[in-house]
Amino acid sequence: MDLGILWFWIVAFFFVGYFVLDGFDFGVGMSLPFLGKDDTDRRVIINTIGPVWDLNETWVIVAGAALFAAFPEWYATLFSGFYLPLLLILLALIIRGVSFEYRHQRPEASWKKRFDTMIIVGSAIPALLWGVAFANIVQGVPLDADHNYIGGFFALLNPYALLGGLTTLLLFFTHGVIFVSLKTDGELRERARKLAARSGIATILVAATFLAWTVLAHPEKSGVVIGAAAAAVLLILAYVANALGKEGRAFALMAATIAAAVLTLFVALFPAVMPASNDPANSLTIANASSTQYTLEVMSWVAVIALPLILLYQGWTYWVFRKRVSRSHIETAAH
Amino acid sequence: MNELLDPLLLSRWQFGLTTIYHFLFVPLTIGMATTVAIFQTAWVRTGKVHYLQMTQFFGKIFLINFAMGVVTGIVQEFQFGMNWSDYSRFVGDVFGAPLALEGLLAFFFEATFIGLWIFGWDKLSPKIHLLTIWAAAIGSILSAYFIIAANAFMQNPVGFQINEERGRAELTSIVDVLTNKVALAAFPHTIFACFMVSAGLVITVAAYHLSRNQHLDTMKPALKFGLWTMLIAGALTTLAGDQLSLAMVQTQPMKMAAAEAMYHTSTGADASFSIFTLGTPDGVHELFSIRIPYLLSFLSTHTFNGTVEGINDLQAQYVQLYGPGDYTPIIWVTYWSFRWMIGLGIFHILVALTGLWLTRKGRMPEQKWVWKIAIWSFPASLAAMIVGWVFTEMGRQPWLVFGLLKTADGVSPNITGLDVLISLIAFTAVYGTLAVVEFKLIKKAAQKGPDDAPAVDEESGIHQPVTTVY
Repeated sequence: MDLGILWFWIVAFFFVGYFVLDGFDFGVGMSLPFLGKDDTDRRVIINTIGPVWDLNETWVIVAGAALFAAFPEWYATLFSGFYLPLLLILLALIIRGVSFEYRHQRPEASWKKRFDTMIIVGSAIPALLWGVAFANIVQGVPLDADHNYIGGFFALLNPYALLGGLTTLLLFFTHGVIFVSLKTDGELRERARKLAARSGIATILVAATFLAWTVLAHPEKSGVVIGAAAAAVLLILAYVANALGKEGRAFALMAATIAAAVLTLFVALFPAVMPASNDPANSLTIANASSTQYTLEVMSWVAVIALPLILLYQGWTYWVFRKRVSRSHIETAAH
Repeated sequence: MNELLDPLLLSRWQFGLTTIYHFLFVPLTIGMATTVAIFQTAWVRTGKVHYLQMTQFFGKIFLINFAMGVVTGIVQEFQFGMNWSDYSRFVGDVFGAPLALEGLLAFFFEATFIGLWIFGWDKLSPKIHLLTIWAAAIGSILSAYFIIAANAFMQNPVGFQINEERGRAELTSIVDVLTNKVALAAFPHTIFACFMVSAGLVITVAAYHLSRNQHLDTMKPALKFGLWTMLIAGALTTLAGDQLSLAMVQTQPMKMAAAEAMYHTSTGADASFSIFTLGTPDGVHELFSIRIPYLLSFLSTHTFNGTVEGINDLQAQYVQLYGPGDYTPIIWVTYWSFRWMIGLGIFHILVALTGLWLTRKGRMPEQKWVWKIAIWSFPASLAAMIVGWVFTEMGRQPWLVFGLLKTADGVSPNITGLDVLISLIAFTAVYGTLAVVEFKLIKKAAQKGPDDAPAVDEESGIHQPVTTVY
């Protein structure tokens, strides 16, 4: 078996995991100004992801490491080419992460407000820019003969990419708001459900446009049509489940929507990894970007052993913290 | 102006600054996870409430520090691709593997169990909860192993072959990469140094409170623990460091010569170790120095009549091997960072010995100056750690991967000086601001001292720790 192909899908799996998991963290962060009426509300919202945001974020580190190890050329081209967007993502992830920890360290309202703002901005920027980045990868960017990106920063802000960014922003927002409704109780839970119903409409419209554009751009690939259709149907079902107040089902369907959308992009990409828009000869593909069979073999063995364990203990974590977070719980607990 | 906007120079500054900054938090995370795990074990085994207070108090400091370690770590991984893409293309097949193994085997593990520990006080039984902090501690140590193995490849490349056609290094043996002799020596050296840093923190905090005669029931045992840890970890760091310098002499003789600023190959008594030197800034002309004969020979070869190669001879050899060029690191940096590392290490062992003597049989020193020195343990141990890494990395220059790829050839060819200037300024501004906030928060939490003992739960008959929430 060609292990390069296997690792293409393992990388896809890590990005699916990252976007499904950190996706709702971003949405929870962005929902603060819409759902957090007072400080207790905001603390409830943040605490829904308190125990898990760090492990969710770790998925991007593992995705990046897998990319580096399995496709050094892809990693090198992507990360040096998308230098400034990645810088913004990094800075956003930094301020978001420390704000969770810093926010509750002092009681003053001004202190908390500052870190609330940083959580909101730090969640919105990656939610937008990851979509911009992936849409650009799928659409293709200008590469030179050494596979170095030569397009500059502003070429990345093209209509298809910006629509991709808006799509991930809205998908993650709705995903996170549904997560809040799943993990809280009382009035907050109800407000979250209503907000998801409203943002869900916008999400469906924007995501459908982006998926349709993606399908039209890859007419030769039936997998893209199937993936995009699946994503669209799942998204509508998620919307319906939320409207019916079935939070658990709505959340699972949103997770499946994001997974289907991300997989659609990887199907559109396959077997290239960084198509060159200027000259197909400069494209990076699984064949010319991957590591040696030996390296991939070593990593395959480790992945086969580690992945089931990873899913097991991460699943257990979600089980341990399965209870809803309530206002009374926050008010009686220590800072 | 053009020189200011050189992407190579700016990328080096950025990598240096962000790495040093990241590494202010890493040793504390590794050391404190284990320290807190030990305190919590003492509580679970004895039920004595002051151990619980110590666990939660030092746990709080650990957590303020932990978030910074996590978020600044992502920058490290991204930077290889962002600023050093030619390096990534060249070594990815070899260097990427330990990074991926770190993620799969260690980092997920650490991140998951740390979350369970922070928020699991009231959701897990005391024994399972105790296991989560041990799991996080083991994850962090394992993580360090893979990262050091990756770094060791840059110091002493092994387990690879060069594919001329693809222009890259390719992995031939993962076992060789993971058992690189530099990694086997650098790993214990680094881990024990991490325990010195966490011991330094415990000593500093305990000295602060004990000198004010407060929180005696928790801070006295904390001080004792910190001093013993410092002594043992200090001794082990020294032993591992000795092994590391032997490996260094074999694999990177230039680094040892640069550590001593020794220009001429010397044998026996002439291979002396200078404690202090005054010279011209280029280090070529020596004005005054205090020297210990034979010591460098012993450090380098474990014999008193060994021969240690000098910079000039090595430079000539390297020109023969690798072609014309300057193969000498910046001598004043290597010379002084090596001395500060050793000097601060000795300072800590002396602090530990003096402290243990002065506190023998439950005594508490009255002299103010004793406490004033003890309070410096933490910053000084962090400084020792940092100068040690500055020595390791600057001593490798001009190589990025020793003998294979020069630093100048690893930088991304398609990023502009302006790109890197923007990122360097952004990182400096964000990191600088966060450093101020972080320092104030840790100081505040440390000065506040442990909380009062929690009430005894009537059902279980044990002290019920309060839940943590954000």
